[in-house]
Formats: sequence, C-alpha cells, structure tokens
Amino acid sequence: MKGALGGPLQPIGFHDGAHAMKHRTFFWFILPTLSAMILFIALPIVSVFIQSLFVQHEQVLVVSESCGPFGCVEETQVDTEATAKLREEQPLGRFNGLATYFDRSHLASAEIAEVWHASTGLSSFIDGIMDLKFYKALVFTLTYTFVVTPLVLIFGLAVAVGVNNLPKAFRGVAIFISLLPFLVATIVGSMILSWMVDGEGIIGATLQNIFNDPSLSIKASTPLMWIMLMVYGVWHTLPFAFITFYAGLQTVPKDTLEAARVDGANKWQTMINVVVPHLMPLVSFVTLMLLMDNFRVFEPLVSFQAEAHAQSLSTFIVSDLREAGNPLYASASATSMLTILGVVILLTPVLIRTWRDFNAKAH
Amino acid sequence: MATKAETRLTTLKAVSYALVIAWLIIAAFPFLWTVWGSFKVQGDFFSKADWTNAIYGILTTRETGGAFTLKGYYGAWIQEEFWRNVFNTMVIVFFTVCISLTFGTLGGYALARSGFRYAFWVLMAALAFRAMPHITLVSGYMLPFFEWNIWGLKATTVIVLVAINQPFTLWMLHSFFLNIPKDMDESAMVDGCTRFQAFWNVIVPVMWPGVITTGLFSFLLAYNDYAVTSMLLSKPNETMVPAVASFLGSVQVQGNIMFAVAAVVSATAPLFVLILFFQRQIVSGLTAGAVKG
Repeated sequence: MKGALGGPLQPIGFHDGAHAMKHRTFFWFILPTLSAMILFIALPIVSVFIQSLFVQHEQVLVVSESCGPFGCVEETQVDTEATAKLREEQPLGRFNGLATYFDRSHLASAEIAEVWHASTGLSSFIDGIMDLKFYKALVFTLTYTFVVTPLVLIFGLAVAVGVNNLPKAFRGVAIFISLLPFLVATIVGSMILSWMVDGEGIIGATLQNIFNDPSLSIKASTPLMWIMLMVYGVWHTLPFAFITFYAGLQTVPKDTLEAARVDGANKWQTMINVVVPHLMPLVSFVTLMLLMDNFRVFEPLVSFQAEAHAQSLSTFIVSDLREAGNPLYASASATSMLTILGVVILLTPVLIRTWRDFNAKAH
Repeated sequence: MATKAETRLTTLKAVSYALVIAWLIIAAFPFLWTVWGSFKVQGDFFSKADWTNAIYGILTTRETGGAFTLKGYYGAWIQEEFWRNVFNTMVIVFFTVCISLTFGTLGGYALARSGFRYAFWVLMAALAFRAMPHITLVSGYMLPFFEWNIWGLKATTVIVLVAINQPFTLWMLHSFFLNIPKDMDESAMVDGCTRFQAFWNVIVPVMWPGVITTGLFSFLLAYNDYAVTSMLLSKPNETMVPAVASFLGSVQVQGNIMFAVAAVVSATAPLFVLILFFQRQIVSGLTAGAVKG
C-alpha cells in the first residue's frame, strides 16, 4: 500500500521544548508501537542476516563394512536418524560465513569470472549472466522498476491534468473509477488482467485475430510476458500518481497562472513553466513511493504464472521458502539481504536529500 | 493569431479529454467484464470463438437454461468453502485494524508532542522500515515461528500485520496530531490532568476523522495482503487473497476456473463499497503527507 506516508516532505513539527512531552511519558506512549516494530521488523532483519550465514547440515554419513562371500566392501550410507536429529538440534545449520552470498544461485563470483573469460563480447557476457538465477531476477526487477516508475509519473500527470480540465461534476466519478485498479489487491487485479489477456480471453483472443496468429500468447513468449507485467504495473499504480498530482494541481496559485496567461504563455508553456515546477516536490515523493514498491514486485508474477519467463527478487525468495518440505532458509535469507541492500541503494539519494532539508530547517 | 491560439487550445483539450476517457475505460473495463462474466459459464467467459457470447451468455443459456448462473459462486462459496476464508479475513482484518490504530494513535500522539530529537529518529526509522520488502521480513519469520510452533496461527499473522502497518500508521497519525492545536491538551494539563488524562479526555474526542482515514489504509493493507498471509497462515486459517491465489492452481486443473472468477469478484465487492462511501477520506489520506510539503 502506498501513500499516506508523509515521507520526507512533511515538515516535522519540532517546537520549543517548553511544553514538550517528558521522556518518561513519551516512552510509555511509544512503547507498544516501537516494540511491535522492533520485534517484527528490526529483529527479523537481524534473523535474516544470521540465517544467511548458515547452511543446512549435510547428511550424516556412516561407513560400514559389509562382508559377503566375495570379500568385504566398504559401504557409505546416510544415517537418516542422526541427520534428522542433528537438524532438529541445530535448526540454523552449520556456519558457512558469506559463502552463500557468492554461491551459484546468488552473486556467483566464480561463474561470473568464468563467463568473463569465456565471453567473446558484451552480448555473450550478458547472455552468460542471464543464465544465472540471481542476475536474471535482478535484471527483471530493475527493468520493471525503471520502466514502470517513469511511465506512471508521466501518465499520472497527464491524467491528472485531464481530470482537472473536466467539469466539476465528472471529477468525482473519474476519481472513483481510477481508485479501483489501485485499491484492489495486487493479486486479484493481476488475476483479472491475466484472464483477459489469456489466449481465450477477450483481449488475448482479439489480439490473435488482429495479428492473425493463433499461437500468440503471453504464456509462450518472454518479451510479451515482461511487457504484460509492466503494463499491469502501470495500470495498478497510475492512480496513485494521478491522485497525488491532482491534489497538487488544486494548490497551484491562481494568480501565477493568470500572470503567465497575461504574459502570453499558452497552455502548454504554462504547464511546463508553472505547473510542473510547482509539482516537483510531489514528483519526488511519488518517485520515492514508486521505487520502493516496484522494487518489491511479487504478486503479478504469481497471478500471471510467469515463473517460466520472469522472476523477481521477491519470487526468488518465495520459491526458496516454498521448497517442498525442505525450505532453503540460507538461500532465501541471502537473497533477502541483497534485496534490502538494493532498497538501501535505491533510496539513499532521497534520504540524503531529506536529511539536508531537515538540517536546513533546523538551523 | 487569436483564432490560431484558440484552435490550439481546443486540440490540447481534446487530447487531454481523449486521454482521460481512454484511461477510465482501461481502469473500469476489466472490472465490469469480470463481474459480468462471473455470472456466466466458462465457455462464455473465455469465449474465443465469438466475444459477444460473453455478453449475451449463449453457452450459459444452453447449459443452464438462463443467461445468468450462480454456479461459479456456488462452487466457490459452498463447494470450495470460500466462506471460511471470508470469515478468516474478517477476524484478521478486524483485529489488525483495532490493534494497529491503538498502537499508532498512542505513538503518533507522542511523536507529535515530543520536541526532542529522538522523535525525529523514530520517524526516520519508521520510514526505513516502511521500505523493507515484506517478503524479506517473511523469510526472517519462518524459521523462528516454526521453532516456537506459532506458525500458521491467525494471532501470529495479526501481530505481524500490525507491525508491518505501524510505520505508515505512525506517520499518518503523527501528521494528523500536529494539526490539532497543542494548546488543547496543554491547557488541560495546566488544569491538573496528567498527560494521559489530557490525551484521553481532550484529544480522543476530536481525533476520529484522522483515525478513520488511517484505519481505512490499515484495513486495505490487511485485507489485500498476500506476501505475509500466503506464507504465514496454515490452510484452514487462510484469508481470501491467498485462497484466491491457491484456487488458481487447483481449480484450473479441474476446469473450474469460474470458481476463481467468482471468488475474485466476491473479494473485490467490499472494496467497491468501501470506495463508494469513503472516497473523500481515501483521497485525503493518499495525499495527506504529500501535498502539505
């Protein structure tokens, strides 16, 4: 869920300490919410980090000598009982250091080096990297984030301006309709679209007719699947940008608009030179939210049953956790830590700006 | 020149109207289509041969005798026991919203009234927590929850959802309480109330608009959640959204995809009503933090 988080743009009301709440009172008031966040957000991150340093115990092997008529043979067997016992006693597994981070299904340092040496050019290097599970997921996640975010910003602004031009009576209806794709559960929304673009669904079948190609199907084509997932992403998040920008448009000072008109600016020039600069703080707020939420893209890939064509970092984590009967906690945790690192890198520029703004306000 | 400028204006306007209309159709059509189609048989909903079948329900009439059928709904709600998921959703959402608002109100109030620098750090930490992908947190819960034998319970999920909800509840209520003049509670304290009495007697009676807006978003988060509920709830405790997703796997095989369609429509209907009644609050909540900045 987006929005509602005032984010970095909200002036934080720090006032003189004369009547400020006492430390003790503050502590009791903040205790429930702070302990919920520490226990279920901060500690799980620590737990993820610890889990990523361990791997599951290897099976306990016993070597026994079995002697038959043709002499004695050494046999190696799995001691299932001892293995189960060991795994139960130490559910974390054995310490593995950072090895999981660099193994084949994560950063794959050895494989990358190999690909680097074997590759003949940039394209073969990229092909080699795309064979590696983690990089495949990372590439999809980044592509999704950096395609959907700008599209949503642009179309959101365009729709906001359009709705703002509508007669007042229609604006409420337009907002009502626009809220639907945004507020419906991601999994449900993407499922609805996936049925429509199915080979037998209304859009899918129509496209097959138009292109006269009965085999046209997003389930059979990786590029089509990627495009569809991003179309879904735009459909789902456009309303958020639209509504925020629409609210921003209501606050554009009327006299500035009038002055621009008097100076002979046409609508388009007014838009570029007056309205857009006025909305800039909102643009950075919306961008922050969109980056945060697009980077965790997960549900659409489930609904579109896209696993054959696209994996995101989140689905990669889930597939490790769902590994039947034997969840790969170490692998999932390592991916999680790398995902968190990705979020931090994405958000650093915005956070630095907030920090500067805050200090500027404080002094 | 004037006429040229006029015509330019109208083309610009025409383009912007066209864009809005196109967007509204794109936004609404999938829902209308699915709601309409949920009362048809599968052959009509996926009507490759002739899409008008889906509108007039040709195959539905042939198979069931009427142009509309409740077969999908019957299959989902009774046969697949979707009502259990509806019940689970109600329980989980109710407790999540109540607990999150209680915690959030207390915390948000404290943050709005404390002038000390640590309040800023709590808010910044909340912002960082808000950015954590839920699925990475889930991978931290799984192992400990299994070890402590609390995996799969409704209560566990409620607490997790409450915690995930906090950053955003805190931010929203904090900015709401900033707008309530602090003279109100401070004058009560001058009259001899403790901080909590001032909060209870003076602030609580006037805080409901903000609490309702925040509550709507807590509701939506708990109601729509998939990442947490699909990983942390056992089958009998599953809520609607993960149930719909698991329908997708199971009923597609049996050719009962209409069950999933009916379930999807059932899960969406309450949201439709919610937007109808609370559109103003939802819009103000979405933009609350953003526009003031």
